[in-house]
Amino acid sequence: MSMRARLFGILIAATGLLWLSATAWVYFSTEAQVERVLDARLREAARMVSSLIDSQEIGTAVASLDAAPLPDPQDATYERQLSCQIWSLSGDLVGKSASAPTERLSDHTEGFAERTIDGETWRVYAVQNEERGVQVLVGDNLDIRSRLVNDVVKGLAIPMALILPALAVILWIGVGRGLQPLSSLASTLRRRDADDLRPFPDSGPKTAAEIRPLIESLNELFNRLEDMRGHERQFLAYAAHELKTPLSGLKTQAEIALKSDKQSVRSTALSNILTGVTRTTRLVRQLLAMAEAEAATADTHQVRLSQVVQEAVAGHTTGADDPEIRLHIDPDLDDIDIATNETLLVLALRNLIENAQNHSPPGGSVEIRWTGAGIAVEDEGPGMSDEEIDRATDPFFRGSNRTPIGSGLGLAIVDVCARKLGGRLVLSRRAPAGLCAEIRFLSETQ
Amino acid sequence: MRILIVEDDELLGDGLKVGLEMNGFTADLATSVAEGDAALRAGGFAAIALDIMLPDGSGQELLRDMRRRGDATPVLMLTALDSVRDRIEGLDGGADDYLGKPFDLEELGARLRALIRRANGRQKMLLEFGGVTLDPSRMEAGRDGEMLRLSRREFTILNALMEHPGAILSRGQLEDQLYGFQEGVESNAVEVHIHHLRAKFGNRFIETVRGVGYRLRESS
Repeated sequence: MSMRARLFGILIAATGLLWLSATAWVYFSTEAQVERVLDARLREAARMVSSLIDSQEIGTAVASLDAAPLPDPQDATYERQLSCQIWSLSGDLVGKSASAPTERLSDHTEGFAERTIDGETWRVYAVQNEERGVQVLVGDNLDIRSRLVNDVVKGLAIPMALILPALAVILWIGVGRGLQPLSSLASTLRRRDADDLRPFPDSGPKTAAEIRPLIESLNELFNRLEDMRGHERQFLAYAAHELKTPLSGLKTQAEIALKSDKQSVRSTALSNILTGVTRTTRLVRQLLAMAEAEAATADTHQVRLSQVVQEAVAGHTTGADDPEIRLHIDPDLDDIDIATNETLLVLALRNLIENAQNHSPPGGSVEIRWTGAGIAVEDEGPGMSDEEIDRATDPFFRGSNRTPIGSGLGLAIVDVCARKLGGRLVLSRRAPAGLCAEIRFLSETQ
Repeated sequence: MRILIVEDDELLGDGLKVGLEMNGFTADLATSVAEGDAALRAGGFAAIALDIMLPDGSGQELLRDMRRRGDATPVLMLTALDSVRDRIEGLDGGADDYLGKPFDLEELGARLRALIRRANGRQKMLLEFGGVTLDPSRMEAGRDGEMLRLSRREFTILNALMEHPGAILSRGQLEDQLYGFQEGVESNAVEVHIHHLRAKFGNRFIETVRGVGYRLRESS
């Protein structure tokens, strides 16, 4: 449902409701007023007739007794609204007005009463004139009374009903005009290319205050998307380079092995191919690990850290299991249970341990310990400069101390895992040499 | 035909060097922008095979720098980014040719030869002088249609002389063509190969200019 139709509906319903209640109010208040005024008139008329009898200006006998046909109330004008009867106290009809029925309007002696005669309701005021021995009854036909009220209300309601369509048109156009900034924003968006992530130009104070936050957050979203797409493009470019380069190397080496007539060249090329395949295999594995880390859902279970470390150590497959490099696993890890995602943590630790082993000097040792806020892997290798630490988690970034087996993806994978685990990767230099890589869990869990 | 390869990947760099040498080129390998820049400043390359993504920067920068210096050495870009847009960017950035990884070694050789030929203003595939024809793509040369396969070193020397017919090339210049930066120069190698070439194409085809170097002679 469009916003315009919705606003229009609300406005029309509200206006209609207001009008209906106003009409009802007018109806009831008019009815009450009319009743009061007409009752007063009834009383006055009855007293007037009674006083005329007193002054003998109307002889009781003179009063016409002709029973004129009762006028149809539908045709009756307001002029002949009142009916008057004069009865002797003995119960004879002494006289009546032309519009009055011949039947007695009321049986009561004094004051107001209502009575139905021949299906018509009469409001009757009675005055007893003891001196003259007559009773004066003045009646109002209630149908006529209600017609009066209806006519007043109709006089109000008909113009209102006629105005309503005009009002609807005005509302529809007005709402449309009011929503103009929104619809122009929408049409700008519709016209855009799906690839167009440029921010909306800020049209300054002309932008409606209600639209401005929308434009601002859209622009933020565009920027974020643009950044993300930039990263993805860069990642793809790097991945293409990193994959196609060794493939190209393999192909070249294979061509050399096929074409060279020197045995030594052939065997060098073949052994280069072997090395290349190992390296490329690891690169592919790391790319898959990266995709796995990014796609993993971070559901958590309670795990014992020492078990996670064991699994990480057991799983690695590079040439890193150099027996000369000692692996120290902090025994405290045996007592620490944390709620985490085991797959992601194992993947992250495996990469950190591989990195540490690959960069360790012969005979060096790698320490895996609990820091109180996270789990750290420390080596005695050459470490990294501050500049390298800043860029270390960029995919395919390889610092100055590159190993032949390195893909530049290890720390990027760890970084993705750590963020998925709700923590982060903290890299720092160790004194006198080495690197400390810590997966720090932001919310302490133990 | 000395080629500078700028490629950081060990496997590919080594393959290119060995492979191009099998195709009759002398190849030098640089593994970073800085190394490539240093080698280019030393000069002497007939063409450059340039990777774009290098550890210390982009091959594009190296290319821009050398063009700004007025270095017109033909450049063939080797890159994994081989979408049409990348090719256009590379060529507009000053590259003379563009080859997407992985590529065929023979194709790379052919393209390099074509680049060098165009850079030297030649249209013909074969070099001819004084009745001797040299086919650089096959490393063969001969008189009157009888082609002989040359060794790489023989081919390199003959090719250098035939590229500049009539010009005198010093022993040092010929050695530069024969050896990469990393290789040790054998003391009398140039004389040995000249001797072999004279045995194949006649003593008077290559003339020794005493104290200066060697040049080809028109009539045999």
